[in-house]
Amino acid sequence: MTELTDRLSERARDTPPSGIRRFFELAEEMDDIVSLGVGEPDFSAPWAARTAAIDSLERGRTSYTANRGRRDLRERIASHVTRYDLSYDPDEEILVTTGASEAVDLAMRALVDPGDAVAVPQPSYISYGPTVSFSGGDVISVETHAENDFVLTYEDLERSGAADAEALVLCYPNNPTGAVMTREELAEVAEFVREHDLLVLSDEIYAALRYEDEHVSIATLPGMRERTVVFNGFSKAYAMTGMRLGYALGPAEVIDAMNRIHQYTMLSAPTTAQFAALEALESCDGAVEEMRQEFDRRRQFVISRFNEIGMDCFEAKGAFYVFPKCPPGWEDDEAFAEALIREERVALVPGRVFGESGEGHLRVSYASGMSELKTAMDRIESFVTERNRG
Amino acid sequence: MEAKRELLDLLLSDARQSTEDIARQLGTDAATAENLIDELESEGAIRGYQAVVDWDRADEDHVRAEVELNVELDRETGYEEIARRIAKYPEVSSLRLISGSYDFAVDVEGESMHDVSRFVSEQIAPIPEVTQTVTHFVMTTYKERGVYFGDGDDDDRLAVSP
Repeated sequence: MTELTDRLSERARDTPPSGIRRFFELAEEMDDIVSLGVGEPDFSAPWAARTAAIDSLERGRTSYTANRGRRDLRERIASHVTRYDLSYDPDEEILVTTGASEAVDLAMRALVDPGDAVAVPQPSYISYGPTVSFSGGDVISVETHAENDFVLTYEDLERSGAADAEALVLCYPNNPTGAVMTREELAEVAEFVREHDLLVLSDEIYAALRYEDEHVSIATLPGMRERTVVFNGFSKAYAMTGMRLGYALGPAEVIDAMNRIHQYTMLSAPTTAQFAALEALESCDGAVEEMRQEFDRRRQFVISRFNEIGMDCFEAKGAFYVFPKCPPGWEDDEAFAEALIREERVALVPGRVFGESGEGHLRVSYASGMSELKTAMDRIESFVTERNRG
Repeated sequence: MEAKRELLDLLLSDARQSTEDIARQLGTDAATAENLIDELESEGAIRGYQAVVDWDRADEDHVRAEVELNVELDRETGYEEIARRIAKYPEVSSLRLISGSYDFAVDVEGESMHDVSRFVSEQIAPIPEVTQTVTHFVMTTYKERGVYFGDGDDDDRLAVSP
């Protein structure tokens, strides 16, 4: 029989292992690791949401739901997103998905033909590029820059050749940098997008985690709603990552196309999670606000510690990440991260994993308790000062 | 005002953290944080700082009882006077006037059940205004002042994730 590896699809063979994998393995084989490498909240889902999931199971609600998700959940989502000035019809413009990740994948499959290009800002969450490739599309990398605090600019788009793309991916508040974009900054991007007739796939999963100002969705800018698909979900704001529940908001034609793919591949998003999500939207604003405030304290703590240590760290205002520069004398983020985990047992993720323009930076997640953060920062400080002395 | 509220939250979660760490979390400097703490102390909003002790693990003999107290007031004696009198005993670790079927909830601590019951019968019960005491001995403490004494759930998140 032919070797199975030779039978794998070209697509599978061309898919590289995620750059995070190596650090995951290093961290797994060591004891006493303090990890600042975690991409999910350290809180559990609000109790009311968990109870709703349990109740639904007790009542035997274990069947499929409508492909698009329960109608009451879609209605609730529609009224929830009005806080971002977004208005979508629950029947035609909302699709409930298995995590926002599925929504991103569906949008790519619904919109990207082989040979189409999709502009993906870097550094960014690791899944966008591969989902473009799975749809046969090509990625145009758009580098964002440390001197702009990793905000996407008109010039970045122009310089990268994004004008030739079918669509632009946006992810603000951003993983891995924690950067956010203001209405004025988004207006520049929107101008470019309209000029070159691009679609926008806007991943707003961290919208609820903004610390200095309110989240602005690009879909609310003039002429943008009709060319934007917004992704959001319950993972980050409601600490429900394992529930796997997200949603897409967009023009009826696109949502319908996404739903046609979704109905064959996923059928419907997890039912139990839909009940939890319904309750989360119904009654958990207070719990989200408490988590946000706790994240905010930690955010200010780690930013000031990094700057005190001499690791340049811009004031990230969203998500639960900061993106400091490697300390002076260290160019190579991967070498720094590896030395740090081996010598001080602190795990974080090298910036280059998220794209070339992340080189020389480190993604630091502050989704850990204060005592872990303090331990980690003390260890990083002693590592940096020891090395400087040496 | 909001800074004070936040400061109280931080001290409630860990009163031993350094002023520098408090300042970093509030996004301010150590001197400002120190001033705020001084203000809270002088206003009497902060009355002290204490350890939360799990006596079962402290290798010390320690018994606590929650005592329900009924009192009868007269023209000369109000709750304040009675409270002042009871509060002065070091055995009384907390004293509250409460609504419901009795008047005061008193926490009494001692080295043994005998100590505690003797204290209640010899010091509290004889107070003229006290008409009834009901003593409940604490058998196990699971949570104290927001701190759960059981083993916490392990963090079962992946150590590194995207």
